[in-house]
Amino acid sequence: MTTFLGVPIRRSRDAESPIRGSETFPQAAKRAVDDTRLRRNLGRATATIRGKRQAVVDELPDWEALRDSGSAIKARVMAELPALLEQLEANVTARGGVVHWAADAEEANRIITGIVKSKEVDEVVKVKSMATQEIGLNEYLEEHGIAAVETDLAELIVQLGHDKPSHILVPAIHRGRAEVREIFLNEMTGVAVGLTDDPRELAMAARTHLRRKFLSAKVAISGTNFAIADTGTLSVVESEGNGRMCLTLPETLITVMGIEKILPTFSDLEVFMQLLPRSSTGERMNPYTSLWTGVTPGDGPQEFHLVLLDNGRTNALADEVGRAALHCIRCSACLNVCPVYERAGGHAYGSVYPGPIGAVLTPQLTGIHGHDDVNSTLPYASSLCGACFDACPVKIDIPSLLVELRGRAVDSDRGHGLPTGWDGAMKAAAWVMSDEKRFAAAQKGLAAGRLIARKGQITNLPFPMSAWTGSRNIAAPPRQTSRQWFAETHGDSEGSA
Amino acid sequence: MRIAVVATCLADSLFPDVLKATVGLLERLGHTVVFPRAQVCCGQMHVNTGYLKEALPVVRHHVETFEAAEFDVAVAPSGSCVGSIRHQQAMVARRGGDTALAERATALAGRTYELSELLVDVLGVTDVGAYFPHRVTYHPTCHSLRMLRVGDKPLQLLRAVGGMDLVELPAADQCCGFGGTFSLKNPDVSTAMLADKMGNVLATKAEMCSAGDASCLMHIGGGLSRLKTGVRTVHLAQILASTTEKVYA
Repeated sequence: MTTFLGVPIRRSRDAESPIRGSETFPQAAKRAVDDTRLRRNLGRATATIRGKRQAVVDELPDWEALRDSGSAIKARVMAELPALLEQLEANVTARGGVVHWAADAEEANRIITGIVKSKEVDEVVKVKSMATQEIGLNEYLEEHGIAAVETDLAELIVQLGHDKPSHILVPAIHRGRAEVREIFLNEMTGVAVGLTDDPRELAMAARTHLRRKFLSAKVAISGTNFAIADTGTLSVVESEGNGRMCLTLPETLITVMGIEKILPTFSDLEVFMQLLPRSSTGERMNPYTSLWTGVTPGDGPQEFHLVLLDNGRTNALADEVGRAALHCIRCSACLNVCPVYERAGGHAYGSVYPGPIGAVLTPQLTGIHGHDDVNSTLPYASSLCGACFDACPVKIDIPSLLVELRGRAVDSDRGHGLPTGWDGAMKAAAWVMSDEKRFAAAQKGLAAGRLIARKGQITNLPFPMSAWTGSRNIAAPPRQTSRQWFAETHGDSEGSA
Repeated sequence: MRIAVVATCLADSLFPDVLKATVGLLERLGHTVVFPRAQVCCGQMHVNTGYLKEALPVVRHHVETFEAAEFDVAVAPSGSCVGSIRHQQAMVARRGGDTALAERATALAGRTYELSELLVDVLGVTDVGAYFPHRVTYHPTCHSLRMLRVGDKPLQLLRAVGGMDLVELPAADQCCGFGGTFSLKNPDVSTAMLADKMGNVLATKAEMCSAGDASCLMHIGGGLSRLKTGVRTVHLAQILASTTEKVYA
């Protein structure tokens, strides 16, 4: 176990982890920015969801109070997490469920695969779930001869396209309908050859495909949006009804939940049932809310397993930034309002958790190991415009968390290896900017910029300022600085008469 | 009132017209302006790049400089610098173990305002008697909008400007992509954001794009200049300072 600023990191630096990328953010983002089709798909989709969200948020007079409630409930959850989890375990068990505790992805995958194998099936249906994405469950099951069929339409598109999700809520947001048609034709059995890219036709093809799976599945695997400690109730909130089919038809249901997904009481759900649909899909209420408590003889799955997943969460909980990030309810509102996400797309973040919250969560769950670690570029994947903080239904101050993580990324490098260009530049700038005489001297140096300017504009600078002049001019330095002008016009005294 | 200007390191060095306009405007409104000579920078660049330890002497220098000056309120023609003074300086001091400095920074931040805040909230004016006969659009800058919550104060001031055709900017609240060193660390994404911002500016057919932050204008203006659009940038202070007798832009 290594230690990062007092926070023990249990996970390895496994580049294959679904929550750890293998490329720096700027590298991966460049590819996305150059892909005009991707940019168009993302721009259109995020603008639509943004508009819908704003409209339904604006109609609630108590939206800010709801956000405060959501934030307060989450703070309580974090403070009382161990007790709440034990309460949940007791109530789920009392109602006929079986609770499993998994410290990491490997353990969770092993538990789930064991249950599936004991049912002697080679196919399971799945409800869209970030927790199972996070642990790479589908791939693990596949290695053990079990096919996991995603039933959420967007997740199905991603799965059939041998692709990775690029959004928490809309995993296929980066795909246009022509691409979806192509994927269905190539990967789905029994699709009509005349399939067009009409959304209705595509949906009907998916429905036919999925019906076959629902009706034959013996085991279903889901995540959960909220688990309620005082009743032992689990819930899934969704738009398509496919989740409900999985949750009710098979004989065995396995639910995987990140341990932070818990709510203390049933009445807390009221707050989140208002916050979540509005923030994520821009709906007043989501179309399907499924709630189940243990097992009910003669109705629904007769065997229920709940896997409580840690996977770095207790480590994150011990840390101020991590604890704040664990408030996240995976609504993806921050992704949809983020101008960086809109241009770079989800894959650039290298994790199943993309966007602003992903830039906080990913380094929290998997650590930042020096400036060579791709995770160290994630806290910088933001212009700190603050739109994510405004949109967050539980008021996670993402920009401040990103600044703190930047600080830690820099601090963790201190005294190790050679200083980077940024280290040198920032140290020099701090020296110059903490003394007016040094600053005035540096301002004189700027005057040289006038020599390379054309018509008052500089168009080409050497590295690293070439990053600026690659696409932007910069005005030539003026003949006189502000302070020189003030001294000249207002005399040596500090004030005007 | 005796008003101290926070020149900001960027506008001090590269955009003196912004300071000239800020001083000209405040003096026209009958106030005394002081320029604490030792001032340099608020520390925002270091903080936002993660160099919080390096930001500490910069913050200390800012606090000491302004504590030593005599003034009623301080003003910066920059939403992001005031945001940094209000929301980051005390944090930097606390993180550096200097709680006394954190308290001093908080006290100073309590009497430091962004230009539109000073005019509307402190001085109680929305019509500053300006005259600026141009078609202008306004970009509200992220930190003014979300860190300072200036709301429509800049627009209240702009709407009262004589002779000006103020046109609404589509998707105005979207970031221009500057973000300080973000523009260097993620130049491709930054440029993509800028391209959309410029597209929206051009769609307004405005002669000039204005904002309350020289840094965002440096970014937007740098792009507009590179594309040879002919559209100029102008700081909010330059519009408000301009009259029929004297033009600041």
